[in-house]
Amino acid sequence: MEALVAKGVTKRYTNHTALDDVSLTIPSKSIYGLLGPNGAGKTTFIRIVNQIINADQGDISIFGEKLESKHIGTIGYLPEERGLYKKLKVGEQLLYLAQLKGLSKKEALERSKKWITKFEIKDWWDKKVEDLSKGMAQKVQFISTVMHEPKLIILDEPFSGFDPVNAQLITENILELRDNGSTIIFSTHRMETVEDLCDHVALINKSKKIVEGTKKQIKDTYKSNTFVVEHKGAFSVNGAASIVSQKSLEDNFYQTVLKGESIQSPNQLIAELIKLTEVHSFVEKVPTMSEIFISLVKGKTDE
Amino acid sequence: MNKIWLIIQREFLNRVQKKSFLVATILVPLIFPAIIGGMVWFMVKESESAKAAVVHVLDQSGKFVFEDTKKFDFVIETEGLDAAKEKYNKTKDFALLYIPNFEISKPEGFVIYTKENPSIEKIGDLEGVLQDRIRDLKLEQYNIDKATLAGLKTKVDLKQVNITETGEEKSSNSGILYALGFILGILIYMFVLIYGIQIMQGVIDEKTSKIVEVIVSSVKPFQLMMGKIIGIASVGLLQFTIWILIITFVSSSVLGYFGLKMPQQQMQEQMMNQMDAEQKEEVQAMQNDKVGELMGNLSQIPFAKIAFVFIFFFLGGYLLYGALFAAVGSAVDSIQESQQFQFPITLPLLVGYMGLFLVILRDPHGPMSFWLSIIPLTSPVAMVGRIAFGVPTWELILSMVLLVAGFIFTTWVAGRIYRVGILMSGTKVNYKVLAKWFMIKN
Repeated sequence: MEALVAKGVTKRYTNHTALDDVSLTIPSKSIYGLLGPNGAGKTTFIRIVNQIINADQGDISIFGEKLESKHIGTIGYLPEERGLYKKLKVGEQLLYLAQLKGLSKKEALERSKKWITKFEIKDWWDKKVEDLSKGMAQKVQFISTVMHEPKLIILDEPFSGFDPVNAQLITENILELRDNGSTIIFSTHRMETVEDLCDHVALINKSKKIVEGTKKQIKDTYKSNTFVVEHKGAFSVNGAASIVSQKSLEDNFYQTVLKGESIQSPNQLIAELIKLTEVHSFVEKVPTMSEIFISLVKGKTDE
Repeated sequence: MNKIWLIIQREFLNRVQKKSFLVATILVPLIFPAIIGGMVWFMVKESESAKAAVVHVLDQSGKFVFEDTKKFDFVIETEGLDAAKEKYNKTKDFALLYIPNFEISKPEGFVIYTKENPSIEKIGDLEGVLQDRIRDLKLEQYNIDKATLAGLKTKVDLKQVNITETGEEKSSNSGILYALGFILGILIYMFVLIYGIQIMQGVIDEKTSKIVEVIVSSVKPFQLMMGKIIGIASVGLLQFTIWILIITFVSSSVLGYFGLKMPQQQMQEQMMNQMDAEQKEEVQAMQNDKVGELMGNLSQIPFAKIAFVFIFFFLGGYLLYGALFAAVGSAVDSIQESQQFQFPITLPLLVGYMGLFLVILRDPHGPMSFWLSIIPLTSPVAMVGRIAFGVPTWELILSMVLLVAGFIFTTWVAGRIYRVGILMSGTKVNYKVLAKWFMIKN
């Protein structure tokens, strides 16, 4: 079943369109990267899913049901602009936020105790947030996002401002939550995150969805059939592939970049090469998400 | 609904658990009386211990006989004005009074020379001394003795009686009503302003600490706004109740402990001491009557009704302005920025407050008073100030209905601005932007 299906979601403001006919399909138990430059409309989309604002047009369904206010407890949301009540104690804060998400006081107490034990921050229960360091506050913030065990977790730029230790801790917990059955949406323009964690990706630019699919599918779509070969003995090709560059290494070794426009499969190219030279390594050059992202966004801008 | 309740609780506890709440709640009812009491004490002390001011007198008319009083010691000068001035200048004394030769029927040309600007009070006292003497001289001239004059003095007290439409008679006392209207009006004004600003502060805090987006992903912005407004209102009611209890308890126990009497009684006693025995009896009898009448008047004032109206208009006015303050808080990023929007909100409140002093307490049934106590923006202060004077039931009901309609309207308008404003930071906000936010579809 799909965790979230958006169909033709559109949101217009007086002077601009924030989202233009955006349709997304987010599979259950996936880690879904929602990419796009600043101002592309990611936050608008997320706010619509969180029912902070309403779409002008389009439908959203969550786990097969039409999105309604009862689903608030199903979603955990960590906004990009995040914060806590400074004057409130950590314990009170967690209880309050969890109860607003629909937990009973008893449940909220149990869960928050469990999480602060897990994050080794038990001693902070009676500390005010303003007395915590930034890293400590981030842990509390993360707990408040996932404490009600949401089936859909939306993290807007989750690693911005996190120190590497905390980022690691958060990453581990995100994966654990996914393994326990939650679906995770990352909104980010940090490509490392996408490359490391996401299995599904959508790119939004200028209020429109440009591409969507699994990371593999997208990379396949945008790969340029380029191969890097290390071999002994120089060669030249004609026909199926062309040489992009060739540089000599020591002992008659060369590294050659080949572009195969019309080849059916890498095997076909290897077969050709074996006849010409002694192949020591053969790697298909797959574009990084970052490269795809930049080329798509730039391409669109140039139009 | 459940979530609003959670927010109300949170907002309430956040404030009540603060030390500053405890301090303000306990100290305010103690500090204000202490300050007022202290000032009165010093004033009394000073007037008791004050030295008499030395006044040099050059009386060229020879009509005056100066005897030292509590306030003034007189030094009689006999030489010319210039010599007197010279002599006065060498001293540190208060003043030099010059009395020329004058006609009793036309007392003119009196001059007072001083080194500093004297207080009105002292000048008045000196004038009193002169006037008394001249009056005595005139009495002599007309062959009237003082006893006859005293017999001429008459005091008339109008007993105020209101006749209702049914012919029932109720005595009343404008003084008490004035004081009551004055105090209640100021209380409402202060409460609405103080707690309104607390709402605004709370909204700004949520906005600047960025918690607000987390919250509105759980509750509707409107719920958050209403929860905050109601939560703070309950803090206000609690604080107010505690103040009343403390003031009542402290004032009664302190007065009881020192065996003191209420100020009016003290004043009466002082007056009595200054009179001779014969007058005393007369006055005593009259005063017993007066006290009885006063008590009667107090019992005639419908306190239950006034209390109800006070609470209704307090809540109504608070909700009306509270929503507007919430909207302002949502639009800005800091308290400093809020000034430009605060002014137009506090203006009508101020109009009601000024109206209370300038119009309502002087002419509680005039057309201005009527309109001020009907229009929802000014009615909370105005109607409460006016209610003790007796307001026709239809006016009261109309005012209440309009107030309810008013706060529903302002809450609706404020809610529309609020839901957009809380998510907008770093925007330069003016009225055009606010209007745009108001129009945005949800």
